[in-house]
Amino acid sequence: MAAISPPNAAGRAEPPGRRRAYATGRRRWIGWGFVAPFLLVFALVFLAPIGYSVYLSLFRDRLIGGNSFVGLDNYRQAFHDHEFWSGLGRVGLFLAVQVPIMLGIALLVALALDSGRLHGRNFFRISIFLPYAVPAVVATLMWGFMYGNRFGLVASLNEHLGLSLPDPLSPHLVLASIGNIVTWEFTGYNMLIFYSALHVIPRSLYEAAEIDGAGQFRIVRSVKLPAIRGALVIATIFSIIGSFQLFNEPSILKSLAPNAITTYFTPNLYTFALSFSGQQQNYAAAVAIVMAVVTMIVAYVVQLRGMRKEA
Amino acid sequence: MTNKALRRWAQGVAVLCAATLGLTACGSSGGSDGGSGSGDTKAGASGVQSALAKGGSITVWAWEPTLKQVVTDFRAKYPKVKVKLVNAGTGNDQYTALQNAVQAGKGVPDVAQIEYYALSQFALGKSVTDLGQFGAKDLQKTYSPGPWNSVNINGGIYGLPMDSGPMALFYNKKVFDQYKIAVPTTWDQYLDAARKLHKANPKAYITSDTGDAGMTTSLIWQAGGKPYSVDGTKVSVNFGSDPGTSAYTKVWQQLISEHLLAPVPGWSDQWYKGLADGTIATLATGAWMPANFTTGVASASGDWRAAPLPQWQAGQNASAENGGSSLAVMKASTNKELAYAFVQYANQGAGVQTRIKGGAFPATTADLDSQAFLDTTFPYFGGQQANKIFSDSAKNVLSGWSYLPYQVYANSIFNDTVGKAYVSNTPLTSGLNAWQTASVKYGKDQGFSVG
Amino acid sequence: MTTEVLASAVEPSRSGPYAVPRPSRPARRHSVDRPRRSVTLTVLTSLVVIYTLVPLAWLFINATKTQPRLLNSFGLWFSGHFALWDNIRETFTYNDHIFVRWLLNTLLYVALGAGGATFLAVLGGYGLAKFDFPGRRGVFAVVIGAVAVPPTALAVPTFLMFSRMGLTNTPWAVVIPSLISPFGLYLMWVFASEAIPDELLEAARVDGSGEIRTFFRVCLPLLAPGIVTVLLFTMVTTWNNYFLPLIMIKNPDWYPLTLGLNAWNAQAATAGGQPVFNLVITGSLLTIVPLIAAFLLLQRYWQTGLSAGSVKQ
Repeated sequence: MAAISPPNAAGRAEPPGRRRAYATGRRRWIGWGFVAPFLLVFALVFLAPIGYSVYLSLFRDRLIGGNSFVGLDNYRQAFHDHEFWSGLGRVGLFLAVQVPIMLGIALLVALALDSGRLHGRNFFRISIFLPYAVPAVVATLMWGFMYGNRFGLVASLNEHLGLSLPDPLSPHLVLASIGNIVTWEFTGYNMLIFYSALHVIPRSLYEAAEIDGAGQFRIVRSVKLPAIRGALVIATIFSIIGSFQLFNEPSILKSLAPNAITTYFTPNLYTFALSFSGQQQNYAAAVAIVMAVVTMIVAYVVQLRGMRKEA
Repeated sequence: MTNKALRRWAQGVAVLCAATLGLTACGSSGGSDGGSGSGDTKAGASGVQSALAKGGSITVWAWEPTLKQVVTDFRAKYPKVKVKLVNAGTGNDQYTALQNAVQAGKGVPDVAQIEYYALSQFALGKSVTDLGQFGAKDLQKTYSPGPWNSVNINGGIYGLPMDSGPMALFYNKKVFDQYKIAVPTTWDQYLDAARKLHKANPKAYITSDTGDAGMTTSLIWQAGGKPYSVDGTKVSVNFGSDPGTSAYTKVWQQLISEHLLAPVPGWSDQWYKGLADGTIATLATGAWMPANFTTGVASASGDWRAAPLPQWQAGQNASAENGGSSLAVMKASTNKELAYAFVQYANQGAGVQTRIKGGAFPATTADLDSQAFLDTTFPYFGGQQANKIFSDSAKNVLSGWSYLPYQVYANSIFNDTVGKAYVSNTPLTSGLNAWQTASVKYGKDQGFSVG
Repeated sequence: MTTEVLASAVEPSRSGPYAVPRPSRPARRHSVDRPRRSVTLTVLTSLVVIYTLVPLAWLFINATKTQPRLLNSFGLWFSGHFALWDNIRETFTYNDHIFVRWLLNTLLYVALGAGGATFLAVLGGYGLAKFDFPGRRGVFAVVIGAVAVPPTALAVPTFLMFSRMGLTNTPWAVVIPSLISPFGLYLMWVFASEAIPDELLEAARVDGSGEIRTFFRVCLPLLAPGIVTVLLFTMVTTWNNYFLPLIMIKNPDWYPLTLGLNAWNAQAATAGGQPVFNLVITGSLLTIVPLIAAFLLLQRYWQTGLSAGSVKQ
């Protein structure tokens, strides 16, 4: 994200001293001025609640006995909490499988669209992007119905084709089924990010490559992919963060698969249950903060690796 | 110039922030902590009358559909009183919202619908008013024993019963006739019926069950079990050596192991379908179910009948409650007299008849015993006078049952623990054991002394 | 970063994975700009499209069924009785036209939330891109870091905070948190860096234009395609917002469409409740139609925007 350095303005002789002062002195404050509105709301909406959350995590408010300061007890409890770690492991697994698949499909489709070798490119672009416009509630309802193995699509396929497809909502398969819903929802969105990044690659690069006799696959590997590295990294980071925070889909699907989706299925579901069913906000705050730290570490590592490769 | 610009910016932002924070549009009424009333019931009762005369406005959080008509009638009778009926969610969703509001100290309604199993949690948290001050203690004879026991907590009356759910067995007569199955009178016979049905038609099941805390606890209740004992803040949870629980698991484990239960979650799309097309042949649930049959399973009208709940031992006559709610007055309400006036109207006064007409199942003994009520025919059940069965069941509800003071939470983790028995080879008793352990742990975490 | 990579790629390398022999081959008949259309590729991509569209087709097909027929007809085909218009009418009129109210609520939240978020993101992105001030990278790192915090961690504290300020159960409880779009900030940052040449800014400054005037007069028009993109994304996010309103709004009069549909869905699960799955499905269909329409209408702006950005010296 380096700013394009301005070439020497032709015909406008400025005393170098004055320009430097302009660049360092006042420009600073103006920069802050533009960013300030965002940051103010950000402080209200994120920083204040995070601060309050940290504060809450140091106390314990019980039904009998009221509020008391417990220091790092909640964190100690979180480290020994089997339910928390199983949820964390589950989203880790989800992440390792679903994110590459989804980004892979998105990348392939973006490359296909960009290659210009498709009939009806615009139709493809719009229709693959459509699921992003569907709210998670609706998407989960639709897929939830189709997964029904007594009256849903799976049942119909079983009946009419004589198959015996396994129940997508059984404990073994439910995570994959949720992965399918998430992939369906977000492939188009990521595809559009990649496609936009591909679209801004200057034509001159392709012409140069063509003159040198490069084939399509060569161009993809050596021109296109490196050029969109930034978009790839950002998409990966946002997908990772999204995976760690998986909540909407399992929450809505839970009523259809109450025994397969436990209240601690993902860390977010766990903190939600702790806060709202168990009224244990202090412990929930501690778990959430641990979760946030883990997410940030992973996201940071990904960003470092992604940015380092291009140096 | 830049400084001026910056100052203008800062001012603009400050105005924006102030405007944002300053604009409030309060939804519900409710306010800060009101003090609890004195113990003088006469003063309380007359206070209610004068509150009605004076008028005012109250907010009611409830999901019960029959209350809409009650509110309309109430407002017609007392034009000075404004009643705002809000559906803030069903069951757990509303309890969460209530607890959040109580904690925030803002937005608490005056009246809230709270199911019997959840009421003690709110009573313990001291967020509901003791209605004894308004004369509610005299109402014991008005209500059937099951619901009254649930609102009578530690000597105080924390809500007025709104409806009740004495259990009965609903069965699909068409299916039973087709496969020549007799209506079971004991749970062992029920087990045999289940086997017979499923053998004759592998697509059909005697009932559906994917793990439901309410049904499990109610059936254990019917079997005479007392796994929970509550004495103030001393609580004990014991499924392991409770005889009622063993009777339940003996039968239910066989139903699970032999795959005789439809793996369809209750109240889902598929569940309604199953009830309609006969693949779910019975339902053991509370007497409030007929209204749901009429609206949700209309196509099977005439196929179903009601019967007494099967017994755990032949010749017995035990029953239990399943579901049912009360109306409570929240402590944070600033208009307690008016709130109680509404609760009294809805649950003791003219509102009861209105609700019965709307399909609710009453908790009042007068109505349960009235001839008109008992003679009501149900077109949905082929003209059967089902209220006779329900009323009998209400009389036979076993006494001595308690729920945990944190039953809402305990129920929320039921599927995490006992649910495993439904989807794997874990025995039901192990599942209940896990539930017991988790419930005990939570109780200890919350400061109870759990034995 | 992107520019550095691009710069290094212009010179054909003679070593490494992309080594090319010096003598050049004759130019191909089909150039990069006008490649041969491939049927295989089209078919493969069509599979992805089918995967994408089947659930939407399910939604449409089942919106044409009445509640009883929903329960006894095959999921992926019509039930013989076309009840779409009835369903739509019933969706709008059920329960005293509450659906219309929900629709208006959603429009309000989107207008204020997405509009506000875009405004803040544009300002912020511009500031980050065009002004070299200390702590610039820190700002972005903090924003991304905050996104990593699970919303469930923030839910109760935010709820308690907003309660004290009297904002819960009001539109503000939903709008204010929607004003922060880290992705929008990032998009605008990148877009502003690339679409606004520094010399243009210098020229304006030298001409005596204040920073704010420069921003509005000179930069905004250049940023237009990026603004539309961010607007579109934030519109989708606020339109589909579910978790936040779930915590903040308890009064059904202020529900957005997502909460309303969920409430209708849960309605079947209560004693005496009436299952209205057909309305849930029809309502869902009606909920996604405006967004899809917006996408289709605004796609021209993307195309202009993207191709404008692609013309580089």
